[in-house]
Amino acid sequence: MNSEERTLVEILDENKIDLAKYINYVSVPEAGAIATFSGTTRDTFEGKTVVELRYEAYVPMAIRNLKSICYSARSSWDLRSIAVVHRLGTVPVGETSVFVAVSATHRADALDACKFLIDELKASVPIWKKEVYSNGEVWKENAEFLERRSELSKDGGSCRRKVETEAHDNKGCCKAKVKVEEAADTSTS
Amino acid sequence: MMEVKTKEDNLPAATTVGKDGSSIQIKVLFFAKARDLTGLTELSVEVPSGSTAQDCLNKLVSKFPNLDEIRHCIVLALNEEYTTDSAVVKDKDELAIIPPISGG
Repeated sequence: MNSEERTLVEILDENKIDLAKYINYVSVPEAGAIATFSGTTRDTFEGKTVVELRYEAYVPMAIRNLKSICYSARSSWDLRSIAVVHRLGTVPVGETSVFVAVSATHRADALDACKFLIDELKASVPIWKKEVYSNGEVWKENAEFLERRSELSKDGGSCRRKVETEAHDNKGCCKAKVKVEEAADTSTS
Repeated sequence: MMEVKTKEDNLPAATTVGKDGSSIQIKVLFFAKARDLTGLTELSVEVPSGSTAQDCLNKLVSKFPNLDEIRHCIVLALNEEYTTDSAVVKDKDELAIIPPISGG
């Protein structure tokens, strides 16, 4: 691979994300800009105290999807290096669960691509988080996914219209019977 | 992907739906809420050759009625790629039930 055009995609198990490692990875002499995004776990959601977040992934598919998203970003912007890393397992409040670093010759490319990468990750990469409160727990649902769902499976079947309606109402999809009721996820980023 | 060329592939798609009585074995993966509802992370399922992803999902919902709660908000992935309900599954395929994702 061209040393000036590198991509690193990682899914980590239960380890803190070493932000400096990924910033170093994308640092190249040709790059005049490095844009980063760090998603960290918040301590409250709609007034409830969040104890911790637990992440899991369909790892091989998540890595494929992330590489594909990086490839798309390169086709839209003039980029040098990309690093995307997501942590799994239990992530205590205040720690980083996802980190994106992008280098480019010019800052506009780096900034726009960085936003694209995290937005796409939230819309289509098979990673899940359960938010654990002092009095319950719930599987979160990204609004970006609910809006994208019918595109992911193009002939989505009879249920498609129903889900689109729900997404536009910005309600969760699977949450009718969970222990704590929520709107679509805004707990990080 | 050596097993992609199975016997079923050589038959016209429209006439293979269980007609010869043959069946195939697929692996189903359950994640997040789907796993909570079924109590399983994965399951080997036998379906008639020619079955679609939708057919497989119908079979899973009849086996695990709890899944009906989320069937209208999941997407399916076949061999690590999002798939359509009408995709025909093949022997040894991996079908994943993808509940609403929440990465980030």
